[in-house]
Amino acid sequence: MDKFEKLTGIAAPMPLVNIDTDMIIPKQFLKTIKRSGLGVNLFDEMRYDDNGNEIPDFVLNKSQYRDAEILVAGENFGCGSSREHAPWALKDFGIKSVISTSFADIFYNNCFKNGILPIVLPKEAVDVLMKDAEKGSNARMTVDLENQTVTSSDGESFSFELDSFKKHCLMNGLDDIGLTMEKATAIDSFETQAAQARPWV
Amino acid sequence: MSPKTLYDKIWDAHVAHEADDGTCLLYIDRHLVHEVTSPQAFEGLRMAGRSVRAPDKTIAVPDHNVPTTPGREDPKNMTEDSAIQVAALDKNAKDFGIHYYPVSDVRQGIVHIVGPEQGWTLPGMTVVCGDSHTATHGAFGALAHGIGTSEVEHVLATQTLIQRKGKNMKVEITGKLSPGVTAKDITLSVIGKTGTAGGTGYVIEYCGEAIRNLSMEGRMTVCNMAIEGGARAGLIAPDEKTFEYVKGRPHAPKAAQWEAALAWWNTLFSDEDAHWDKVVTIKGEDIAPVVTWGTSPEDVLPITAEVPSAESFDGGKVGAAQRSLDYMGLTPGQKLSDIEIDTVFIGSCTNGRIEDLRAAAEILKGKKIAVKRAMVVPGSGLVRAQAEEEGLADIFKEAGFEWRLAGCSMCLAMNPDQLAPGERCAATSNRNFEGRQGRGGRTHLMSPAMAAAAAITGKLTDVREMM
Repeated sequence: MDKFEKLTGIAAPMPLVNIDTDMIIPKQFLKTIKRSGLGVNLFDEMRYDDNGNEIPDFVLNKSQYRDAEILVAGENFGCGSSREHAPWALKDFGIKSVISTSFADIFYNNCFKNGILPIVLPKEAVDVLMKDAEKGSNARMTVDLENQTVTSSDGESFSFELDSFKKHCLMNGLDDIGLTMEKATAIDSFETQAAQARPWV
Repeated sequence: MSPKTLYDKIWDAHVAHEADDGTCLLYIDRHLVHEVTSPQAFEGLRMAGRSVRAPDKTIAVPDHNVPTTPGREDPKNMTEDSAIQVAALDKNAKDFGIHYYPVSDVRQGIVHIVGPEQGWTLPGMTVVCGDSHTATHGAFGALAHGIGTSEVEHVLATQTLIQRKGKNMKVEITGKLSPGVTAKDITLSVIGKTGTAGGTGYVIEYCGEAIRNLSMEGRMTVCNMAIEGGARAGLIAPDEKTFEYVKGRPHAPKAAQWEAALAWWNTLFSDEDAHWDKVVTIKGEDIAPVVTWGTSPEDVLPITAEVPSAESFDGGKVGAAQRSLDYMGLTPGQKLSDIEIDTVFIGSCTNGRIEDLRAAAEILKGKKIAVKRAMVVPGSGLVRAQAEEEGLADIFKEAGFEWRLAGCSMCLAMNPDQLAPGERCAATSNRNFEGRQGRGGRTHLMSPAMAAAAAITGKLTDVREMM
């Protein structure tokens, strides 16, 4: 997995609440057996019309946001289905961090498995960053994972909370499965003990 | 010993390792797998030269994108991309030696219906699946939740999940339900009250007299939509109804093991003084038959209500409400019972079980549909067979419904069962998101009886007028 350390980039504003995973990547694109190539269909139904032409008003179709690497979004981002295709599509498009007041649980977890940093901040902070993002491509935000801060283009800085294990994995690009396999002895002994306590499982 | 909730008890029984920072490895008892969220996980195993750690605890069934029309055993009758995913699951199940129900098997169906039906789901277990509606299995007092594909791979390889414990939320439904009010109305009403993010970070335990009075199938409907309220998992403490449902199922414990299991299952309840981080109480008698009007499952109103105006919402939701009204093509002040519909969909992991089909057939008996299209998609081949035996299939067919094969179908419209742009559907499924049932499609969520009533009148209808 790619390491995430510090990112300075264009932030696209999406002030909509409850952006669900069906919006992020509609189901017709889930019929892939790969993880890559979904970026072109990110936000497909909001981004293209019935004939597949770009809808000019959609934020990621605007020239100043086409290279966005950060999304600033309304509350409960990523609600709905558990499809990991949502972070895969965001990543494939080039989005490396999403900032909101809240995320749906499964989506939040899925981001970390793909080197994407979801950042939870209070509403006042997200409001400031949303306004900053609305300035367009000249307004570059900085996300600093080590120091757990987001800094607006004006230099206003906000601290965010993050689980220490998730931070460690993201900063070092660690593979969860490899880490867990180092604890195989613990799993073995749990399995033996559980098989005695609950042999019907 | 300090008092514990049901969630605490199941959690504690499954921690295989706890790091100093509180990060746990949670052991997984059952891993359910389907064709859409698993190919990349199996591919990951292959690339790393890993095997499935516990194939006996891993159960696969294709459900999301399979056609629900006859002849689907032949891949030529599937779209090419669906056939590729189903073939990949066939191969992965065989290569890794996991339990498998192919489309040709009468036991095939929606993974969350097959698991309980076959006795894979038991009280006190941890159950995961690469699907957010895994919460369904919580009806048995199992800790069950959806995971992403990377986590699917993690569970395949290690039979554990890296987790931090969630918070405890109690949702109590007191007293009795009024006639015409069902499990679906309970679960939608809870989301209407808490909002779609109200349960984020929590595991919900549903309790109270109205929950106790529900059948196991009703309880599955309630837990199924915990995720729509933001909670990863919903739970209901097991009781005699649970044990009765489980007993004798193909993979349920037998003889001495049954007795041993029962002894433990009887300890699975929240202690009286257990700590709750959040409590929501709703009176059963206050719940009406409800429908959704918007594009979020929290947009719930009694069928007797009117379409709300965007301005009637709090600041942050005004824009979203206006967007919903525009998308749904509705006018504030319009009576919900005046909304005309084109299509009726009865099925899904929320409401595709035999009692759901009975409830709908009860309303439809001897009537004809007044909509363009209506379909019943049973949740499994066995539900379908039983409905045929009970004569329900004939009632549906005589009313004008299409009688389909088992699968997820129009709930998420990955297969050919889709709404056309602007088409309006009364659906027993779980999500009314924009485009969920097809681009531009408009979804109103409701109970099977309400969907049947809507099929007869051609508009959203208060089922109590037909009882």
